[in-house]
Amino acid sequence: MSFGAGVDVGSTQTKAVIVDGAREIVARVLINTGANVTRAAETAFARALESAAIPREAIGAVVGTGYGRYKVTFGDAQITEITCHARGAHAAFPRTRTVIDMGGQDTKAIKVGPDGAVVDFSMNDKCAAGTGRFLSAAADVTGVSLDELGRRSLEAVAPVRLTSVCTVFVESDILSYLAQKKTVEDILGGVHKAIATRTMALVRRVGVEDEITFTGGVSRNVGMVRALEAVLGRPINVSPDGHYLGALGAALFALERGSATERAGEARAPASSTAPASSTGA
Amino acid sequence: MAQPVTERQYQGIVHQRSRELMADWMGELARAEADGVTTGATMISGNCVELLRACHVLPMFPEVVALQNAIRHRSLPLILKAEQAGYSSDNCAYVKADVGLALDGGMGPGTPIPFPSIVVCNYVGCNVYVKWFEHLADISGSRLFMLDVPFARTDRLEDADVRYVVAQLEELIALCESLTGRRFDIDALRERLALSVRAQDGYARCKHLTKRRPAPFDAYFDSINMMGPINVLRGTVEAAEFFDAAVEEFERLAAEGRGPLSEERFRTVVEGPPPYPYYRSFRNLFTRWGAVAVQSTYSTVGGIWEFGFRHDPRRPLESIAEQMLYENLTNRSIVARYAQIKRYVEEWEADALVIHSIKSCRLFSAGQGDMREYFTRELGVPTLLVESDLEDPRYYAEAQIRNRVDAFFEALEHRRLVAAH
Repeated sequence: MSFGAGVDVGSTQTKAVIVDGAREIVARVLINTGANVTRAAETAFARALESAAIPREAIGAVVGTGYGRYKVTFGDAQITEITCHARGAHAAFPRTRTVIDMGGQDTKAIKVGPDGAVVDFSMNDKCAAGTGRFLSAAADVTGVSLDELGRRSLEAVAPVRLTSVCTVFVESDILSYLAQKKTVEDILGGVHKAIATRTMALVRRVGVEDEITFTGGVSRNVGMVRALEAVLGRPINVSPDGHYLGALGAALFALERGSATERAGEARAPASSTAPASSTGA
Repeated sequence: MAQPVTERQYQGIVHQRSRELMADWMGELARAEADGVTTGATMISGNCVELLRACHVLPMFPEVVALQNAIRHRSLPLILKAEQAGYSSDNCAYVKADVGLALDGGMGPGTPIPFPSIVVCNYVGCNVYVKWFEHLADISGSRLFMLDVPFARTDRLEDADVRYVVAQLEELIALCESLTGRRFDIDALRERLALSVRAQDGYARCKHLTKRRPAPFDAYFDSINMMGPINVLRGTVEAAEFFDAAVEEFERLAAEGRGPLSEERFRTVVEGPPPYPYYRSFRNLFTRWGAVAVQSTYSTVGGIWEFGFRHDPRRPLESIAEQMLYENLTNRSIVARYAQIKRYVEEWEADALVIHSIKSCRLFSAGQGDMREYFTRELGVPTLLVESDLEDPRYYAEAQIRNRVDAFFEALEHRRLVAAH
C-alpha cells in the first residue's frame, strides 16, 4: 500500500503528516523551523517515517507546502498552504465552506467549495498585525506563556480596547495598560478581541459561509477560538490537529499524486513488457 | 502543474527600437541646455505632448525618470533622501524618488538631465502631482504653469470643460512663445496631430491583436515597450514609424501563432502599474503559470486609444482638451475604470483579473478592494489582489506575493479541471 506525505514548512514551525491509502493519518510530527529550512523539512519528514514505522520507499509522493515549500527539496510537488489548508480543513470537516487559518506570520480567510477546493481567499498585508506573532509579543510583555495565553484571556472581566494591532507597538500599548493597573486577563482579553476583529475584516472579504473551520497553530488557543466565535456570532470547527491541517492537505494531494503515478505505471507496464519482444521480432 | 512554461527569449523590433528611441530622447534632453533647446516637464496622464512639440518645447517626464531609476535599482537612496528632507513614508514614491534626485541637483536616470525650462503641471487625475510639480519648480527655479484639467464628473463630454481647458492651452501657447521666442504655428500642430493619429492607430491595432490566442505579446509587461513611444514621442515621425513596425511584427507573430510564453494557459487583465524595482521577478511569477496579460489599464494611463478616440487635426486644441479630459485612465472615475476593465475581460476573453495595488499611491489604489469584490462577486471574474509599490522596493515581499499568485492559479487550474469533466 502506498502512503502520501505532506510537509508544511511554516515561519515558526514545520509539520509533517503521513496518510495511508484510506486517507487516515498514520504519523504527525511538529518541530521548530529554525534557520535551516531544508533541514527542518528533512528532519520532520524523517521523524514522521520513524513514527509511522514505514520505509521511505513506501511513500508514493511528498508534497511541500508553507512558505518554505520550495526548500522541501525531496518533495515531488509544491502547493501553497492556502490550497492545502482548504483541503485539510475539508477532510477534517467535510461541510467546511470557510477556513480561517492563523499562523505565526499571517492570517488567511479562505472560501472553500463543496469539493474542498479554494474558491477565493484573502490575507493580511505585509504586516504581522493580527497573527500568531502578535500573540507572541503579548506573551512576552505580560510574562504569560503562549500555552496559557488563551485560557487567561477568558478570565477577562472588562477587556481593554487596543487602538492598534501593530505587532511592533503592542508592547508599548500593553505596558501602558499595566501602568494603569489593568489586569493581565483584561489586557489579554483585549488582545484576543482585537485580533478577532481584524480577522473578521478578512473573512468578510470572501464572505462568511457555514461551516467555518479554524486552522493553523493559533487554533490551539482557546481564547482565540472564543473571540472568533464572538465576532462571527456562531460556533466554529476546531480540530485537535488544527495546526497539522495544512500538512494533512499536502499529504492528501501527495496520496492522489502517488496513486496517479502508480496507475500510470500499471497502464504502461504491459506495453513495456512487450517492447523487448517486438524489438526482438524486428 | 504540467510542463513548465518558459518565456521566449523574444527581443524583436519593438523592444529594440523602443530602447533606441528612448535613449535618443534622453540624449536630446541631456544636451538640451548646450543646444539651447527649451524643455518642459509634464506628466504622462493625459498629456498634451503634441502641443509642446509644436511650441518647440522638448517634453520631459519626471515619471519616466523615476521609473527608470527604479528599474535600475537606484530608487531607494533617492527616496530616503526625500524622506530625510521631510517627505512622509506615505507620500507617492515616484514623487520622492524624483525630489531626491532634484535635491542632488539634477534629473535623469544615469545621464544627468538639466532642469526643465518650464514645468507644465497638467493636473490630470492625481492631485499629489500638483505638489510634486510645485516642488520641482521650486527646487529647479523653473517657471510653473498649472494646467487645471477638471476631473471627469460625468461619462459624457462637457462643453464648458472643453472650453475651460482650451482657454488654458491658449495661455500655455502664449507662454511658450515668450520662452522660446518663436511663433506658434497652428498648421505645425495639425501636422503633429496627424502623426500622432498614425501612432494611435498603430498602438490600438497592436492592443486589439492580443484578442488572438495566443496573444502575440503580453499587454502588461511588454506594453511598457510601447508606452514610451506612445506617451513621450507622440506627434513625431519616429513614433509613427515605430508603430507601423510594431503592427507588422505583432501581426506576423499572431499569424504564426506565437506568444510571449511557450504556452498560454491563462489570459489575464491587469490593473495597476508594475513594481518596477522587481519587474523581472514579478513577471516570472506569472510566467511559470503560463499567465499572459491580454489587456492592462496601466497601458492606457497616457490615453485610451483602443476604443476609437483619435485626435482631430481639424479641431486641434479642442481634441487635445477632449483627450486630456476623458480619454485617459486617470481622469475618470473608478466606475468608469470598472467599465473599462469589464470590457477588457469580456472582449479579450480573459480568465481572470489581477490587481497590483500601489502602497504609496493612496489616490489611485483607493477602491481596489471594492473593485476586487465587484469583479469576484458581481461578475464572477476570479480576481487576485496583490500589493507592493511601483517605485519603493521596501514594499515588495516576494514570498507573500508569490504565495498569493500561486494559490490563485492553483484554484484557477482546479476550476478549469472541474469544468472540463
